[in-house]
Amino acid sequence: MNLEYLSLTELRALLDSKKISSVEMTRHFLERVKKHSDLNAFITVCEEEALKQAQEADDFIASPGENPFLCGIPYAAKDMFLTKGIRTTAGSKILDNYIPPYDATVIKKLKDQKAVLIGKTNLDQFAHGSSGETSAFGPAKNPWDKTRMPGGSSSGSVSAVSAGLVPWATATETGGSIRVPAAFTGLSGWKPTYGRVSRYGVIAMSSSLDSIGAVANSVEELAGIAGVVSGRDEQDSTTGQGDVPNYAPSLSKDIKGLKVGVPKEYFIDGMDTSVKERVFEGIKQLEKMGAELVDVSLPNTKYGSMVYAIICPSEVSSNLVRYDGIRYGHTTKEAKNLYEVYAKSRAEGFGNEAKRRIMTGTYVLSAGFFDAYYKKAQKVRRLIVNEFNEVFKRVDVLACPSTPSVAQKLGKAAEDPLFGYITDQLNIPGSLAGLPALSIPCGFCKPSDGETPSMDGLPVGLQIIGPQWGEQKVFNVGYAYQQATDWHRKHPSI
Amino acid sequence: MPEFEPSTEYKPVIGLEIHIQLATKSKMFGRAANNPDQSEPNVDIDEVNTGQPGTLPVANKEAIRLAAMVGLALNCQIDEWSKFDRKHYFYPDLPKGYQISQQDHPISKNGYLDISVGSKIKRVGITRAHLEEDAGKNIHPEGLSYSLVDYNRAGCALLEIVTEPEIESGEETRAFLTELRNIVRYLGASGCDMEKGTMRVEPNISVRKPGETTLPKYKVEVKNINSIKFAQAAIDYEIARQTEILKEGGTPKQVTMGWNEKENKTVEQRSKEEANDYRYFPDPDLPVLQFTKEYLDELRNKMPELPAQKRARFKEEFGLPDADVENLINWKELSAYFEDVVSEIDAWMEDEKGLDRNAMIKQAANWCLGEFSAALNQANQNPSDSRVDAENFAELLKMIQAGEISVSAAKQVFKVMFEKGGDPSNIVEDLGLKQVSDESAISSAIDSVIANNQKAVADYRAGEQKSFGFLVGQAMKELKGKGNPGVINQLLKKKLG
Amino acid sequence: MLTREEVIKIAQLARIELSEQEVEKFQKELSTILDYVEELKQVDVTGLEEVAQVTGLVNVQRADIVVDHGNREEIFSQAPEMKDGYFKVKAIL
Repeated sequence: MNLEYLSLTELRALLDSKKISSVEMTRHFLERVKKHSDLNAFITVCEEEALKQAQEADDFIASPGENPFLCGIPYAAKDMFLTKGIRTTAGSKILDNYIPPYDATVIKKLKDQKAVLIGKTNLDQFAHGSSGETSAFGPAKNPWDKTRMPGGSSSGSVSAVSAGLVPWATATETGGSIRVPAAFTGLSGWKPTYGRVSRYGVIAMSSSLDSIGAVANSVEELAGIAGVVSGRDEQDSTTGQGDVPNYAPSLSKDIKGLKVGVPKEYFIDGMDTSVKERVFEGIKQLEKMGAELVDVSLPNTKYGSMVYAIICPSEVSSNLVRYDGIRYGHTTKEAKNLYEVYAKSRAEGFGNEAKRRIMTGTYVLSAGFFDAYYKKAQKVRRLIVNEFNEVFKRVDVLACPSTPSVAQKLGKAAEDPLFGYITDQLNIPGSLAGLPALSIPCGFCKPSDGETPSMDGLPVGLQIIGPQWGEQKVFNVGYAYQQATDWHRKHPSI
Repeated sequence: MPEFEPSTEYKPVIGLEIHIQLATKSKMFGRAANNPDQSEPNVDIDEVNTGQPGTLPVANKEAIRLAAMVGLALNCQIDEWSKFDRKHYFYPDLPKGYQISQQDHPISKNGYLDISVGSKIKRVGITRAHLEEDAGKNIHPEGLSYSLVDYNRAGCALLEIVTEPEIESGEETRAFLTELRNIVRYLGASGCDMEKGTMRVEPNISVRKPGETTLPKYKVEVKNINSIKFAQAAIDYEIARQTEILKEGGTPKQVTMGWNEKENKTVEQRSKEEANDYRYFPDPDLPVLQFTKEYLDELRNKMPELPAQKRARFKEEFGLPDADVENLINWKELSAYFEDVVSEIDAWMEDEKGLDRNAMIKQAANWCLGEFSAALNQANQNPSDSRVDAENFAELLKMIQAGEISVSAAKQVFKVMFEKGGDPSNIVEDLGLKQVSDESAISSAIDSVIANNQKAVADYRAGEQKSFGFLVGQAMKELKGKGNPGVINQLLKKKLG
Repeated sequence: MLTREEVIKIAQLARIELSEQEVEKFQKELSTILDYVEELKQVDVTGLEEVAQVTGLVNVQRADIVVDHGNREEIFSQAPEMKDGYFKVKAIL
């Protein structure tokens, strides 16, 4: 049976009708993972535990009663999610052999559903990056074109899902880390409202920005996943206190009259023309389905990079002081005294990008600079938040590109100055305002920087941004689009 | 800048930094247990207070309530909102590499505490009181190349109180700390015990030269003080040491000193590395705290009787001497017990005639502070743990007052009551300690004694006072030790003329 | 551009030992932050409140209840060195 690319609903039906067992399903996906290990999508594959979980799921399915949505279905977790007893590295040498003593809340929720964890996916080290190339375990590859990046930081998650190695995977985003890789690999990616999903047990990067989401083959599946992982957590003070709406059952493909704002600042000069075209086509499609397009302008977008460049490293530098070689993680063998235990363990364990952010953040927060830098940046952030609040009084959602180009060649990202900068522009403002967003595939185009074996070209992502807590609106738009198009059904031939 | 009254003398300038470990069940930001008596290392730990990756803080409601109560009891201003900040430094006992504390918006500020200094009342300003989490403990085995870290205490709720530099002596420090400790204990906010480490004090001490009206340019911090008594001693020592240096024209070094209990002096500690840059910034994981008027009003309404109020009430209601009142105030449970005994005494007053309430109250205070305190301390008990209940205690006192037993007999009875419990009248029965107060019985005993001790009688009549005591002793012997001494004395005097 | 001493001081604060090349590299890289700050200076933030919590949450507190996660052994197993139930580290001077 060909299970890859079946939707979660289809997989659920197969399990519930006992046409296939969770153990068989799990074995199938484990085989695919092994077969395509050259994608380097996984840092850890937990075969033994997965089969054990699958057996437990089968026992549960055999008992009378309804089965939870994700029961018995394999998934992968980005290696930022702590999984008790299963190695968790954050893609870094400093946690190379760390076995967590507890589960992240999201992982616990998935365990409660008896979902089956196949393994931990590759990522940019500590989620610092947009290409997957800062991983200490080598970069993950884009299944559409293995010479290219899948995007980051959730590089392994998208690589695994788009190659059909798992039906879905957890992911995280601070400033583009779900939307960018989802776009580069033709997947549907959900970055939730900040506080929608618990951060407890997810390795912290930038505490006021980190959002805990997922990637899958369709928005319908994301809505179902959202229903499982969302909600208030008494171990995370920043989770929304309200009830979680029933996202999946409430999905509606009727978007007649829905106002879709098209922000002009998000269609930047220097952007790949073909990408722009694909995105416009996608937006036109929404109009064809009854949505009303509204031209909007978000001039405060220009402050995004500056604010992010100050707030993010500051919070990162603070969140990384706990990695000191004393209670867990890498500890140096070269230290002559306590100071060197710290200084050498951290120097040996952290990659360049992590060091850069730590140094930057430490500098920003050091004596005399806090008021002028961090505090002021948080005030300018208010300008961005206010602007979004205003625009969402006039429109229901915003539509724009997810990325300025298609996936770049591995090793080239660092050379392209526009890569980081323009990617920032498209994702960071929404992140700063804590807004929910989707990236959905809207077509293909040929890359401008060389050849690709993929016949149609490489995937392009359409981004939908919603108001705070506006997941339902965003899911509806994505769901409606995917009822009328089938870009999301295209898969790489590997 | 604080301004001081100019003086012709060398005036000490002392400010206190006090840490109080709050009596919450769980930690300040995590769910592991708070157990100051934990004797095994690394028991009260979980992923949160060992700083594992991915953990997040959630503020303890009770710690916040206790902190606000203490702030109100110290007459502080509590603003509408307050926040937590991260304070970064690297140390093995600090699991996250930063401490969650409060920097520029503490819960309470600008308060005061009045203390008794001699016959005067002095007001000591409280600059601020803020919440933070405690660090773990480091152990440095002597001469070895390693240290050992225990995280039991990491994450416990601490209230840090900082006073204005308005204290001027070891004695004032003692008075301040005692009153503060009483307030905190009365609120149930903490055991507040320096020996156990639930209250820690670090004084900052400098001395102003004659005529100086501003803060001296140096200050000396003293650590390792393990009791209020040592705080007083350390401060007096430092004042003397610093004054000596100033008198010789020098300026004391700005250092950290450690109190050496055995040698009764302060010793300079190895100076730590250069001043820390704590890189404070608001903790993004913790939403701000809000203190509404309703919340604060409710706290004020629920405020229990504080030491100052109780002190005033005890003086007025019971007419006890100041020293007794102070001693009762300093032991909250004992003063509550004492009050229970007083109400039992009042019940006896209704049932029996001829009892002197004031005398019995004074007796109650004496017995509470004397026999009872001693027994409790030895047994390491609180009054509520004791087998002596207030009703029986009061009955015992009544029996003394009514002359039913002698004081020495009562002490015996009390010992039995303390060890085994029981009704005093039953115990008196069992031990046959009932005092003979019957006048006719005593009269015949005295007659017999006088008849058999003519020489002593003659000696006494000749002016020998000692013989009177002898005759009293003989009468007591005649009565098998159970004679009421007061009645014996009275009747003997009468009969001897 | 930042001086070598300034970079070394930051590295000390951050407890990361840097090579000579890294010190030079960071002298350049950290200076780009200063460029951002220059831009920040241009923005008028009068009357703007800092974004402390983008969710707008306030007063999130938990009841004072002990929950034992029962994971001591798992925590100890990750320590580089334990001794007699303590975490062992190089001497703190």
